Amino acid sequence: MFGRLSMDALPLYSPVALSGAAVTVLGALVAVAVLTYFKAWGWLWRNYLTTVDHKKIGIMYIVLALIMLLRGFFDAIMMRSQQVMSVAGEGYLEGDHFQQIFSAHGTIMIFFMAMPFMSGLINYLLPLQVGARDVAYPYMNALSFWLTAAGAGLVLISLVVGKFSTAGWTGYPPYSGILRSPGVGVDYWIWSIFISGWGTTMSAINFIVTIIRRRAPGMKLMHMPIFTWTVLCASIIILLCFPALTVATALLGLDRIFEMHNFTNEAGGNIMNFANIFWMWGHPEVYILVLPAFGIFSEVSATFSSKKLYGYKHMVSATAVITIFSMLVWLHHFFTMGSSAYVNAVFGIATMIIGIPTGLKIFNWMFTMYRGKVRFHSTIYWLLGFIVLFVIGGATGVMHAIVPVDYNLHNTTFLVAHFHNMIIPGVLFGYLAGYNYWFPKAFGFQLDEKWGKRIFWGWFLGFICAFMPLYALGLMGLPRRTAEIYDPSFMPLLVVAFIGACLVLFAIIGMLIQLYVSIKNRDKLRDTTGDPWDGRTLEWTIPSPPPEFNFARVPYIDEIDGYAEAKRKGESLKLGPYEDIEMPKSTPIAFIIGVISFVAGFAAVWQIWWLFFVSLVAILAATIVRSYNDHDEYEITAEEVKEIMESHQGVSS
Amino acid sequence: MTEITASNAQEIEDKEHPMGNLGTPASNAKHGERALGFWFYLMSDSIIFALLFANYEVLINGVADGPRANEIFEIGRAAQETALLLLSSFTFGMITISALSGKRNLALIWLVVTFILGAGFIVLELLEFKELIDDGHGPQRSGFLSSFFALVATHGLHVLFGLIMLAVIAAQMLSKGLTEPVLSRLYRVGLFWHFLDLIWIGIFSIVYLPGIL
Repeated sequence: MFGRLSMDALPLYSPVALSGAAVTVLGALVAVAVLTYFKAWGWLWRNYLTTVDHKKIGIMYIVLALIMLLRGFFDAIMMRSQQVMSVAGEGYLEGDHFQQIFSAHGTIMIFFMAMPFMSGLINYLLPLQVGARDVAYPYMNALSFWLTAAGAGLVLISLVVGKFSTAGWTGYPPYSGILRSPGVGVDYWIWSIFISGWGTTMSAINFIVTIIRRRAPGMKLMHMPIFTWTVLCASIIILLCFPALTVATALLGLDRIFEMHNFTNEAGGNIMNFANIFWMWGHPEVYILVLPAFGIFSEVSATFSSKKLYGYKHMVSATAVITIFSMLVWLHHFFTMGSSAYVNAVFGIATMIIGIPTGLKIFNWMFTMYRGKVRFHSTIYWLLGFIVLFVIGGATGVMHAIVPVDYNLHNTTFLVAHFHNMIIPGVLFGYLAGYNYWFPKAFGFQLDEKWGKRIFWGWFLGFICAFMPLYALGLMGLPRRTAEIYDPSFMPLLVVAFIGACLVLFAIIGMLIQLYVSIKNRDKLRDTTGDPWDGRTLEWTIPSPPPEFNFARVPYIDEIDGYAEAKRKGESLKLGPYEDIEMPKSTPIAFIIGVISFVAGFAAVWQIWWLFFVSLVAILAATIVRSYNDHDEYEITAEEVKEIMESHQGVSS
Repeated sequence: MTEITASNAQEIEDKEHPMGNLGTPASNAKHGERALGFWFYLMSDSIIFALLFANYEVLINGVADGPRANEIFEIGRAAQETALLLLSSFTFGMITISALSGKRNLALIWLVVTFILGAGFIVLELLEFKELIDDGHGPQRSGFLSSFFALVATHGLHVLFGLIMLAVIAAQMLSKGLTEPVLSRLYRVGLFWHFLDLIWIGIFSIVYLPGIL
C-alpha cells in the first residue's frame, strides 16, 4: 500500500537532520499561517497560483530561487563549519549526513536556485524587451514553472521524509546504483531533476518561439537587445542538451527500479555512458546559466555608462560561438577517467578555445565603460566585481584544460574553487545585477542603494575569503567532499574559508533587510517615470510596474537601443491609437498538474506504484481537458486600455 | 514626431499556417506559432532518441554471455511492424487530406484505420517483448538487452501517446467538428505521428537489420 514508506523515513536518526526537518516544516507552517492571518489565500490563488502572466510567473520563479538560495546556503555553511570543527575534534556531522548535504547543495544551487533565477529574469524581461504582450505559450509557461516548483518541492521534502542522495549532484554510477545506494536518496535526486527538466525544456521552446515570432514590428534579429540574444542562444542549448539529462536520469532510474544494466559494472553495462550523457547536458548547462548573465552585464554596462554597448555585432558572434563550442567540451569533466591521450588533447584544446569569445566579451564590457559616463550605482558594482573575479576563474579553468595538470588537481578543492569561481561571479553576480536593475520595473520602486552596496561587498569579499583558500588547500592536496580532516596544517585556511561563508551569510541577511527597508521606504524610492536608469531598451518605455498587457500600443523599433535613440531624437516609438487587446485567461490547470507531478514524483521515490499510475492518469486527464479549450482569451477594450494608461501619472502615453 | 503607420504592425501577422489558410491572418499566425513550437519539441525529442541509439551502439557487445542481436531478432516480425507503421503514416495523410476538404466522416474513417494500424504495431511489439522475457532475455539479462528495451520501448511509449492523441482528436472532430483549432491540433498530431515513423526507420536499420544480417 505505501511501498517503501514507513515510520523509519522520519529523520529521527540525528538531531541535526531533525532540526533541518523542523525548520522546513516550520517554514511551511509559518507561510500558511501568514497567508491565513492576512486572508491572502484568495488573492494568492487569483493573482499568482492560477496566473499565466509572464511577469507574475517570472516573480514566482525568483521567489522560488531566493528560498532555495537560503536552503542551499545553509548546506554550504554547514559543510564549512564541519570541516573546521573536524580538524580539532570530530565535528557534528556524520559522514553519511555530510554527503547528503553536499549532494543537496549542488543539486539545489544548480537546478533550483540558478535555473529558476534565470528563468524568472528571462520570463519577466524577454517579452518586454522584444515588445510582446506575453510569451508565445502563456499556459505552457505556467506549466513550466509549476513543474520546476514540483521538483524543488521533492528536494525540500526529502529533508523531512527519508534521506537525500549521497552520490553528489552528478549522481555517478556505480555509486548511485541500487547496490551501493539502496535507499531513496538517489531516487529523490532523479525524480526532482527529471520533473523540473521537463519544465525547463518547455520554457526554452517558449522563449525561442517568442523571440522568433513575437518581436515588435521593425525589429530585425540584429536589432534585438543583447540580453534577448543571450536568451535565444541559451534556449537553443537547453533545447539540444536537456534531453541528455532526461536520458541520463531515466536510464539510471531504470537501472535502479528494474535492475537493468545500462550503467552497471556487471552484466555488460557501461558507466562511462552515464558520464558522457550526463556531461553532454552538464557542460552546456554552465553556458545556459552564464550566457543570460552575460546579457545582463551587457545591458548594465551600456545603461550605466550612458553609452552604446561596444562591439554589439561581436558580442552576438561571441555568444553564438560559445553556444556551439559549449557542446564540444563535455569530456573535460572526466579527463582522469581513462580516455586516450588523443581524446583528452582534443577536448583540452576545445576547452581552451572557448576562452577566446569569453575574453572578447570581457574586453567589450571594459571598452563600453571606457570614456563612458559611468554612474557608480550598486548595479554596476556587480559587473566590476565579476570582471575581477571571473578572470581569475578563467585562468584556473585553462589550468584544468591542460590535461596533465588536471590529473593532479582533479578531485581536490582546487576544482571546487574553480567552478565556484565561474558560477558565483559569472552567474549569481549577473543575476543579482539583473535583480537590482529590473526590480523597479517589476515593483515600481527602487531597491535601497546603501544596502545594495553592502550586499555587494558581502558577496565580493565573502567570495574571496571563502574560495581563494580552497585553491591553496587544493594545491596542498586536500580532497574535495571530505567530512573529516585530520591534518592540522589545513586549519588556518579552513578558518578563513569559514569566515568567507559568514560574510556571505551577512550578504544574504542583507538581501532580506534590503527588501524590508525598500518596501518600508517605497514612497521615497518610487519610480514614476518608468525609466529610472535612463534605459536604452523597450522595457523602459512602459510604466513601472507594467500593466498586464505590457504595451498599450505596439512599439516600432528598427535599430539597436531604439529607445535611447528615440529619446535623443525626441521621437515616439508607439504605433497608432489604442486598440482592443486580447489577453490569455488565467487557468488552475497548470498549478494542478504541478501538484500532481509532485505527488507522482513522491510516489515513484517510495515506489507506491498505484499512486504513481493514478497521478499519471490524472495528469493525462487534465491535459486532455485543457486541450478542449478553444477560447482561452479575454478582451480588454481600447477604452479600458486608455483608462489604465491614464492612471499611470507622469508616463507619457 | 515621426509618424509610423499601423500597417507595419501587420507585417508579422501575415504568416501562413503550414496547412494553408485556416482562418484569419491573426489566427493563422497563432496556429503557425504553435506548429513552430511543436517542431522545436520534436527536435528535442529526436535528441532523446539519438542518445538512446548511442547507448545501444555502445552496449551492443555488452551481452554478458547472453544472446547477441542475431540470435533473438526475427526479420519477419520487424518487417510486419514496419509495414503497419509506414502504412499508418500513409493513412494519416488521408486523414489530413479528408479533413482539409471538409469531409469529416471520411476523415474519421481514416482516423479509425490509422488507430487500428498503430494499435496493431503496439500489439506486435508487446508480443515480441513478451517472448523475449519468457525466454529469459528480458531487460535485466545484459547491458545489451537493457539498452535495446530502453530504446524500443521509448518509441513504443511514443506510439502509445500518439494513439491517445488520435483518440482525443477523433472525439474533438465528433463533438466540435472540423473547426480551426481542431485542424491545427490535427496538424501537430500528424507531425508527431510521422516523426515516429522516422524514428522507427532508424530502429529498423540500426537495431533489427544489423542484428539479423
